Amino acid sequence: MSTADATADEDVEVRSPQMDVLRRFIAGDLAELRVVLALAVIWIVFYIQEPRFMSSVNLSNLVLQMTAVGLVSIGVVHVLLLGEIDLSVGAVSGLAAAIMAVLNVKHDWSPYLAIAAAVAAGAAIGLFQGTVFTRFLVPSFVVTLAGLLAWPGFQLKVLGETGTVNLNDPKITGLTSTFYSDTVGWIMALVVIGLYALLALRARQSRVSQELSAPPLGVIVLRIVVVAVSVLIGVWVLNDDRGVPLALLILVGFCLLFFYVTTRTTFGRHIFAVGGNAEAARRAGIHVDRIRVIVFVVASTMAAIGGIMAASRLLAVNQSSGAGDFLLLAIAGPVIAGTSLFGGRGSVWHALLGALVITSISNGMDLLALESSIKFIVTGAVLLLAVVIDAIGRRQRQAAGRV
Amino acid sequence: MNANGSAPVLSLKGVSKSFGPVQALSDVDFEVHSGEVVALVGDNGAGKSTLVKTIAGIHTPDGGTISFEGEDVHITSPSDAVALGIATVYQDLALCDNLDVVENLFLGREELAGGPPVLAPLDEVGMEKQTGELLENLAVTITDVRAEVGTMSGGQRQQVAIARSLLGEPKLVMLDEPTAALGVRQTAQVLALVKRLRERGFGVVVISHNLADVFEVADRIYVLRLGQEAGDFMAGDVSQDQVVGAITGASGNGGGQR
Repeated sequence: MSTADATADEDVEVRSPQMDVLRRFIAGDLAELRVVLALAVIWIVFYIQEPRFMSSVNLSNLVLQMTAVGLVSIGVVHVLLLGEIDLSVGAVSGLAAAIMAVLNVKHDWSPYLAIAAAVAAGAAIGLFQGTVFTRFLVPSFVVTLAGLLAWPGFQLKVLGETGTVNLNDPKITGLTSTFYSDTVGWIMALVVIGLYALLALRARQSRVSQELSAPPLGVIVLRIVVVAVSVLIGVWVLNDDRGVPLALLILVGFCLLFFYVTTRTTFGRHIFAVGGNAEAARRAGIHVDRIRVIVFVVASTMAAIGGIMAASRLLAVNQSSGAGDFLLLAIAGPVIAGTSLFGGRGSVWHALLGALVITSISNGMDLLALESSIKFIVTGAVLLLAVVIDAIGRRQRQAAGRV
Repeated sequence: MNANGSAPVLSLKGVSKSFGPVQALSDVDFEVHSGEVVALVGDNGAGKSTLVKTIAGIHTPDGGTISFEGEDVHITSPSDAVALGIATVYQDLALCDNLDVVENLFLGREELAGGPPVLAPLDEVGMEKQTGELLENLAVTITDVRAEVGTMSGGQRQQVAIARSLLGEPKLVMLDEPTAALGVRQTAQVLALVKRLRERGFGVVVISHNLADVFEVADRIYVLRLGQEAGDFMAGDVSQDQVVGAITGASGNGGGQR
């Protein structure tokens, strides 16, 4: 059996390494690389049109602009991993921001309590929508579409007659206007690089000690170098302007938290299982509905947090907070970065990467002073392209006998 | 009369099951011993799947008794069957194609590396090591246990599904059409795995339409026809024609040679 069979089976799979990379590139296994290349092209094009695009001031602004949508996208990634959709995240972000603003400004709640209440409201909305979705078997599309219509109504109620609430509490506005000194920025960079190197080397060591296949040390070192260089360049650019913003730490912190949850815990494993094959997950004893409800809670909670950050940056909450293209950008980002709309494939980092792409496009077009008509068309075209690539990748996997 | 003279691991006496007016199983006696491969054959609608699903706890029988390892048992749900030590691999395999071999094997019974009680990290290294040992033990050749199951051949997927069913340390393994839609070489791999299950002392029930496969692996061939026992043969004592006769009813064979 062994050797003859093994080689015969591999006949089908054997391809030249270059072909393999190309195939995986198209099939979406290397989606991140594709997106990083696309991002580089976008940046170069804008830089040629308008050199100010690559100035540290603008790049720093870009980071601040992407935080709100990136945070919302983290929740969206979870929902997409299930193969579901949440159309209410924009509306929830607006409502949560309104709750925070009114409690803090009109009712004199402490900023911490006001923020906590807004986040709790987001979680409650997610619990409600997730329960309706799983209990009554209403498609998530419809449940959250109802939310998309209803939550802005609550937002108007909460805001009351004036319609706009200006934020002046330094704790709330400080979320997006706090910058760390150069020294603190460098120290944070070194800590991040050190931790990453430590974890990467320790993970390899534990595999080696158990005699499992492990990537060569050179590959690990190369990864550490890539991470170190990226982090150092980032901090250098940000330090050249106002310093590392607190907002970026919040975004990256939530990315790290949910990256851990989705890839290193039982709960995360079960999200991927339900998104890949819900029936198989059920038969493996997984409480599929419980996973779904929790994921919708995560999505709405992250939407609330994103809404709070958006309000902090705008210094106000009004009737159009969370409206407009906010929802679509939050969903488009992860999809552009390679999270599949069909479930089971994606990464929390796609929220960050996608937000970076989407925000770069809108920031660049703002710099070029393009009309909003053009902006909408371009953003729509980019999303369409991303979805088509996702669908092609899925078809290729099916053609290769993979679903 | 049985394969090795021991008491049966599973024994059904007079089991019946009807769905409304349809009598799917009537008065079926069925036994499986440890270290024995029993092929369950019959035409479409003969009751093979109903019998397997009754043993697996998906259907509850209307009448008759089931005993497992000598004790009378009432299997009312799939989890009852699993708890007793009955593993079932259905034709659809129930694998998650987007997960790798290790993740599929341990799906729903993930092992933790310790740490915080909430959101404790998975013991990936430990699970991967056990996966390697299990597959090696079963002589299943899968080059990369971290490859997505969706990228694998039908034979490999079938072997992964069978390997997964063994993680719960069952006494009895039931395989529903394990070689359907497989090529010659892959069929040989899966049949070799079935033989190794017998060597390891599991009781094995295999549903199959392919008599060549049946004669290749089975110690005993149990024929169902219209929900009734139509033959129970030792594989060495019977010809393919006799089995076909029992399946179609052409031979008029009522009881085989029990």
